[in-house]
Amino acid sequence: MAQETKYLSEFYHLPEFKGLTGYKKNGGYADLVKALKMPPQLIIDEVKASGLRGRGGAGFSTGMKWGFLPKNNEPRYLLCNADEGEPGTFKDRMMMEKAPHQLIEGMIISAFAIGSKKSYIYVRGEYDESIATLEVAIREAYTAGYLGKNILGSGFDHDMDIYRGAGAYICGEETGMISSLEGLKGQPKLKPPFPAVQGYLKKPTIVNNVETLAVVKYVIRDGAAHYKKMGTEKSAGTKLFSLSGNITKPGNYEVPLGFPLKDMIYGLGGGFKPGRKLKAVIPGGSSAPVLNAEESEKALMDYENLAQMGSMLGSGAIIVIDDSQCMVQCLANLTHFYHHESCGQCTPCREGTGWLDKITHSILSGQGRLQDIELLLKISDNMKGRTICALSDAAALPVISFVTKFRDEFEFFVREGKSKIKGTAYKGTSHVEMHH
Amino acid sequence: MFQLSPEGKEQVLSELKRYEAKQSAVLPALYIGQRENKGFITPAVIQELSKVMEIPESQINEVFTFYTMYNKKNVGKYHVQICRTLSCMINGADELAAHICNELNVKLDQMTPDGRFTVSEVECLGSCGTAPMMQIGNKYFENLTPESAMNLIRTMK
Ligand SMILES: Cc1cc2nc3c(=O)[nH]c(=O)nc-3n(C[C@H](O)[C@H](O)[C@H](O)COP(=O)(O)O)c2cc1C
Ligand code: SF4
Ligand code: FES
Repeated sequence: MAQETKYLSEFYHLPEFKGLTGYKKNGGYADLVKALKMPPQLIIDEVKASGLRGRGGAGFSTGMKWGFLPKNNEPRYLLCNADEGEPGTFKDRMMMEKAPHQLIEGMIISAFAIGSKKSYIYVRGEYDESIATLEVAIREAYTAGYLGKNILGSGFDHDMDIYRGAGAYICGEETGMISSLEGLKGQPKLKPPFPAVQGYLKKPTIVNNVETLAVVKYVIRDGAAHYKKMGTEKSAGTKLFSLSGNITKPGNYEVPLGFPLKDMIYGLGGGFKPGRKLKAVIPGGSSAPVLNAEESEKALMDYENLAQMGSMLGSGAIIVIDDSQCMVQCLANLTHFYHHESCGQCTPCREGTGWLDKITHSILSGQGRLQDIELLLKISDNMKGRTICALSDAAALPVISFVTKFRDEFEFFVREGKSKIKGTAYKGTSHVEMHH
Repeated sequence: MFQLSPEGKEQVLSELKRYEAKQSAVLPALYIGQRENKGFITPAVIQELSKVMEIPESQINEVFTFYTMYNKKNVGKYHVQICRTLSCMINGADELAAHICNELNVKLDQMTPDGRFTVSEVECLGSCGTAPMMQIGNKYFENLTPESAMNLIRTMK
């Protein structure tokens, strides 16, 4: 029987874990006390040695990123990425709502390690409940002396605040987030300079995902060696996976990296509705190339294995698609998303996402031409690696994988003017119009 | 003409001092302006914010148009926002939206004549494990069926 490894989420079932008293009763803030007695460089070294990789999407070594900060006394910021906009992802919301202090403690330890006196949690604007929960928790932390001046008599000062986003997926991209925090349009900036060198208000800034920062507490608690023992050699630790789509028991599940995707689907996820079977899985949020059924049966949920299969672990959002779904319609849903979310700065992305949206919907309406299939591939190819941020690639990669792996469905749609699976065509860009 | 209430003005002024840079207050100030103008932003709101914040209108306007949570036009008292993205779509978001529009006899983004409802489609709200879902005001409603959603909507006066 497939089982979870509840490491970060050990106490998430306890409602009391949300408040300071319940959190402290279950080991809360003990690791801050411990960390404040350590030399900051030792904390950075531990995080590096633990093998922790960013949980926001790119999977970059957290300790290494921290190491890019200038070695001087220049003020620096810690920015927690709680924008969680990658379709399929809903783990950060759970973490903030069930365990706000876990994130706050992880952040104070991280801030101490990198010498930052000020941090922000950038939360997507729609997450009202997360924001309200964090507000209460931050206030509790100030009252208890975990935030503010001279924290627990250590001489370390740190202030923390929340910044509310306003509805833009692109603000999840770290430089887009920095623009937004500066009170501007959330447009990404060209790298280098990387945020660790020049970020918020041109000051060094470390941007990390909610889950990444929460893990830091546990690396301090158990030590790098213990953390590294979980997961695989190059993908250390556990990870929260958001499981959704056509699946009996959707939800967030914590397992060690390297966990077999099929155990996630048939074990923890309870498999499919009667009579349905696996068709495809998007294993790392909507930007990750799709896997067909055969690949999904073999995939292991870690950075290397999914990369070898031509996909990626991304944010850890697993979207399961069963055999009742039309892949043309699924892809058109995503091309519409990326078109809507492109910030428009770079021509290949702005124009490319527009064309992908238009062409997929033209096929969907029964008006597609055979050359459209090649056109989709050609446009996607031209969108890769030529833009300020990775949204353009994120929009192109799914297209290439859908068209390549489910080409028969695209060809059928173009030839017959209707879906091979559903037997109908659709009108308009919105699926509501499709039904009218 | 639009004027912030005394409390609204007070809040905007405190946001100006809250962050390291004054400009960072633009996003929070737009939320305050929107709240005090029945849920949407007009040129008059931008003018007033510009005056109170001493930030050029063009800079505030740019931000306003970039983000989807600032409404460009009047919306109903209850803004029914249905997630349209993949996990919700394959769990029946299309039927959900079509049913709600039919029952309320409106098209998407159109307000009911009594001003109570506007139905819109939005992108993934981070609630994909409880699909399909919608947000009304600040609240999430999850694991919906067309019928259960309409039952909820009917309780909103
Ligand atoms: C278009 C786009 C959207 C992104 N959205 C998010 C997001 O919602 N949350 C997140 O943590 N990272 C997101 N990222 C990744 C961030 O840019 C950044 O790599 C991450 O926050 C770093 O934190 P980590 O190292 O802890 O993963 C996004 C990247 C791109 C290109
Ligand atoms: S790649 Fe797209 S989203 Fe990213 S900066 Fe360029 S236009 Fe904006
Ligand atoms: S796809 Fe609907 S909430 Fe994520």
